[in-house]
Amino acid sequence: MTTFMSRNDLFLFLGFTVVVLAMPIWLAPFGAGYPDLLQRFMIFGIFAVGFNILFGLTGYLSFGHAAFFGVGSYAAVWSFKLLTLDAIPAMIFAVLISGLFALIIGFLCLRRSGIYFSILTLAFAQMSYNLAYSVLTPITNGETGLQLTLADPRFLDAAMGQTFSGQPVPTLLGQQLGGYAGFYFCAGFLILSFFIAQRIAGSPFGMMLKAIKSNQTRMQFTGFNTRPYALSAFVISGMYAGLAGALLAVTDPLAGAERMQWTASGEVVLMTILGGVGTLVGPVIGAWIIKYFENILSALNDNILARFWSFLPEGVADVVVKITSKFVGDGWHLTLGLAFVIVVIFLPGGIMEGVRRIAAAFRRSGSSSAKPSARTQPAE
Amino acid sequence: MTILKRGLSRRRVLQTGMAGIIGSGVAPLVFTKGAWAQEFCNNPTGDTVVFGLNLPLTGTYAEEGADEQKAYELAIAHLNGEGDGGLLNVLQPSALKGNGILGKKVTYVSSDSQTKSDVARAGATRMIERDGAIMITGGSSSGEAIAVQGLCQEMGVIFMAGLTHSNDTTGKDKRRYGFRHFFNAYQSGIGLAPVLGQSYGNDRQAYHLTADYTWGWTQEESIKNATEALGWKTTAAVKTPLGTTDYSQYLTPILNSGADVLILNHYGLDMVNSLTQAVQFGMRDRQANGKDFQIVTPLISELMAKGAGESVKGIFGTSNWHWNLQDPGSIAFTKSFGAAYGSPPSQAAHTAYVQALLYADAVERAGTFYPPEVIKALEGHEFDGMGNGKTLYRAEDHQCIKSVLVVQGNESPTSEFDVLNVVQEIDRDTVAYDPAIFGGDLGPAEPVPMCA
Repeated sequence: MTTFMSRNDLFLFLGFTVVVLAMPIWLAPFGAGYPDLLQRFMIFGIFAVGFNILFGLTGYLSFGHAAFFGVGSYAAVWSFKLLTLDAIPAMIFAVLISGLFALIIGFLCLRRSGIYFSILTLAFAQMSYNLAYSVLTPITNGETGLQLTLADPRFLDAAMGQTFSGQPVPTLLGQQLGGYAGFYFCAGFLILSFFIAQRIAGSPFGMMLKAIKSNQTRMQFTGFNTRPYALSAFVISGMYAGLAGALLAVTDPLAGAERMQWTASGEVVLMTILGGVGTLVGPVIGAWIIKYFENILSALNDNILARFWSFLPEGVADVVVKITSKFVGDGWHLTLGLAFVIVVIFLPGGIMEGVRRIAAAFRRSGSSSAKPSARTQPAE
Repeated sequence: MTILKRGLSRRRVLQTGMAGIIGSGVAPLVFTKGAWAQEFCNNPTGDTVVFGLNLPLTGTYAEEGADEQKAYELAIAHLNGEGDGGLLNVLQPSALKGNGILGKKVTYVSSDSQTKSDVARAGATRMIERDGAIMITGGSSSGEAIAVQGLCQEMGVIFMAGLTHSNDTTGKDKRRYGFRHFFNAYQSGIGLAPVLGQSYGNDRQAYHLTADYTWGWTQEESIKNATEALGWKTTAAVKTPLGTTDYSQYLTPILNSGADVLILNHYGLDMVNSLTQAVQFGMRDRQANGKDFQIVTPLISELMAKGAGESVKGIFGTSNWHWNLQDPGSIAFTKSFGAAYGSPPSQAAHTAYVQALLYADAVERAGTFYPPEVIKALEGHEFDGMGNGKTLYRAEDHQCIKSVLVVQGNESPTSEFDVLNVVQEIDRDTVAYDPAIFGGDLGPAEPVPMCA
């Protein structure tokens, strides 16, 4: 019997799976247990896991990952328009196209490292954004966004004699993918992506990537050609982003240029750093936190705050509402910025470092019981 | 579980994996079962009903969004029988009783769409899925309106569009669940062209600067067609990204292009910036081809005219509505809006308020919130008293057919709100058109049972 996964990895994977699948239940008290946000949690989780394969393992900081995300979305929507409304061909198509795109951009950008690499990727992403926004409008429909219409050709569906009435929506083998069905569809992919990332991190290939991060020059002196390894990581990471973009198009069939903007690229960097660079779970948690802030805090308004603080005396409540209202609604970026600053100053390893410290504190206090605890461990 | 101690075999992992996949395949069925029990999406069962307001509170059209929010709050208060009743008293015919809708009190949730299509859709989805909104309304950009309209068709929730002026909203992207009260670029063209011909002659060279999205494209096309029918020529049409703040790079080439009219297909903050900068460039003091250089803003509102200040004086454009109209509806609306917020309402506020009332009225007439019945009640509905004269909600494309205003920047404003003069009211028979010219397909009225 060959050993397939170490015990720690297995527990991490199973724990992750349970947490993800139970999300509709444990997130409901936080006001986040509705399908659209849950889908986003999954999708941006995949995006962040993929980004971490590049940034966390090889140390190459790409500032243009949103480009692959956007390319994935556009490819998926075009597959819905031209081929079929089924999600599977769209996703395969999207992953291939974004992989190809990543291969080209990666081949050019990886000639440099450090800040030069970051700036090159940023430049390419910004170019892609501008192409999508104004130059390639016949393909991308610019600012308006690419949408499905009844008049789309859908050659494969037409060949199979399928006709649709009403607004076309993506399906999986005839089953519609809205609501919770869409969530579980995305959750399956997040778990699969997580599993693959876990395998990559533990493989000899992953070891090679980590070696690039720790000292690329020494690797080269010992006779390794590091470029193919870094390029593979870049392409894999781009394909993850394409997958996430395709899923976003599956659950909500509209591809807009904004999702390729540099702010979107910056967001995934924030997610990864907030959660913990180089850890497996960290980026996913970072993605969840940012998406939670974006969707929940931004929807709070003065009325809701007034109700929340209504237990305080009249004058005090007004002042408190005034102050807190700056941090919610359209001021949610302020809250996010504060949280980010606090994490980076006090927990440079992200939230996962906090989890590790707490775990270590528990272990010290309970050191008399010599048994190692079976709790989920952050994987490095 | 000795097996776990030594790690795991490949077979074991595959077995567990399959169980997981089957499990996650079955689980959604448990969760979606509730959707079938509900007759339609967000059927209000309690004693309240929720409107979802999707408003651009930040971004290029933020000012319009803020004004729309005030109007919705006012409309909801009036529907619930609070305040002075506003347009409830003048709507003809009206089924509204001032006790909410079908006896249910109206409440609302709101979301900031940031003037971005993606965000608008996410916000609308949240309001439908989490907050149980029966109807989505608002928006100040056609990009948003078209994106949200498609979503609402998928979900089976009625969308009452706010300010959206693109031909596509009720043209090639029209949807059965989407309704628009605002007029469109094609009607602007019909209304504006004769006035332009009278004032500036039939031999002009026009240069277009166009906001680069669906609204800009269709407005450019409509104005181009209308002015070229007059005998004007189009020198060039340049697209500018939505949200541009510095237009100098677009304005410089105009000086040597041989054009003698600049047409600004911009709106909101874009228009305030481009118009002000064009005037600062000295465009209006120039002579070209032996004629005075002119600027035209095909779609303009009080908010933008106020923002542009001096620059807007004497400039022609079109509006959906103006607070200074003297019919009972306009007077009543300006009065209650002014009493509540201390300023006259903009055209964005007007269309938002009217849409909320029209939806409520349609539900009352249908006697149910069931969307297909409400759609039937709205389609082909003829009403009066809302400030635009007799109005028809056309069944073929869900476009309201009503009179359109040609306005001009006021040369001598008496107050900070008195910035536009109504030059001409074009009656609705003139601006009506054949809905078939834009194509598109409304789709079915039966809702898809996918609302969670």
